Amino acid sequence: MESVYQRSKALSAASTSFCPGCMHSTAVKLICEVSEELGIQDDLVIMAPIGCAVYLGVFVQFDSFGAPHGRPAATGTGFKRSNPDVPLILYQGDGDCASIGIAETLHAANRGEGFTVIMINNQVYGMTGGQAAPTTLPGQKTTTSQYGKITEDMGDVIKLAEIIASFNAPKYVTRQSLHTPKNILAAKKAIKKALEIQINEGGYSYVELMSSCPTNWKMDPKDTPKYMEEVVLKEFPVGDLKG
Amino acid sequence: MAKVVIDPVYCKGCGLCFAVCPKGLLKTGDKVNAKGYAYAMQENEEQCTACKLCAIMCPDAAITVYK
Repeated sequence: MESVYQRSKALSAASTSFCPGCMHSTAVKLICEVSEELGIQDDLVIMAPIGCAVYLGVFVQFDSFGAPHGRPAATGTGFKRSNPDVPLILYQGDGDCASIGIAETLHAANRGEGFTVIMINNQVYGMTGGQAAPTTLPGQKTTTSQYGKITEDMGDVIKLAEIIASFNAPKYVTRQSLHTPKNILAAKKAIKKALEIQINEGGYSYVELMSSCPTNWKMDPKDTPKYMEEVVLKEFPVGDLKG
Repeated sequence: MAKVVIDPVYCKGCGLCFAVCPKGLLKTGDKVNAKGYAYAMQENEEQCTACKLCAIMCPDAAITVYK
């Protein structure tokens, strides 16, 4: 018997610190598989955000570094401009990318900086205990919207991918989901395309991955794919927005 | 003859693989790993077709598929 699917060699021997059923782990796995397929696992640099993925460098075999909360786009700009030949992924969450660091994210996208942003959108601030984020759905219960998010008070949903797709500079903008095997394969293809664009022609690419947060959604991990299909993806439709 | 091997070191027992198996061969096992998670196990191994759906779905890359 030969193995037809095995753990990526770009993943380290450490078990991830993400909660059971969290699709952050799926995203990390896909990045590792893609880097192996493209043969760039020795060159790739990944930027760990503040948030649940802060220990990202421990789970992967790539070089990694961090930035203050929300500022990977600013730090990544400096890194990429001084090392234009090194492939760079900014791995960010929705609180990091779409809230605290939205200024850095949008300006870097508008300048067309040569890195790939992979944004994990689980609609809450995960690490700090499930507070409402700008991506939280209307009516969604979180620790800071205990009766459901009221859009009049807290603002409507920010759809970052649509905003970035409206700029001229980005080469590839897409939103994918991680809730079914079919969507996971599409997400993997999107990550691969984004990295190929970065390496072959240069330029900014943005991949938003819809993810679950079973702990803060207070949901059994087994129920999260159904919830994502029926509720989350109605608000955040998947598909390529640009490129 | 196909089978899947679930690595108890990485499996967190989330159960995302249970629903995607077309034959429903995966379930929570009766053993617990070092982290305290009751990890998944495969039953009726002979029915496995090595479709890889469970391994693609597994967030923690705990599943190796053999064919």
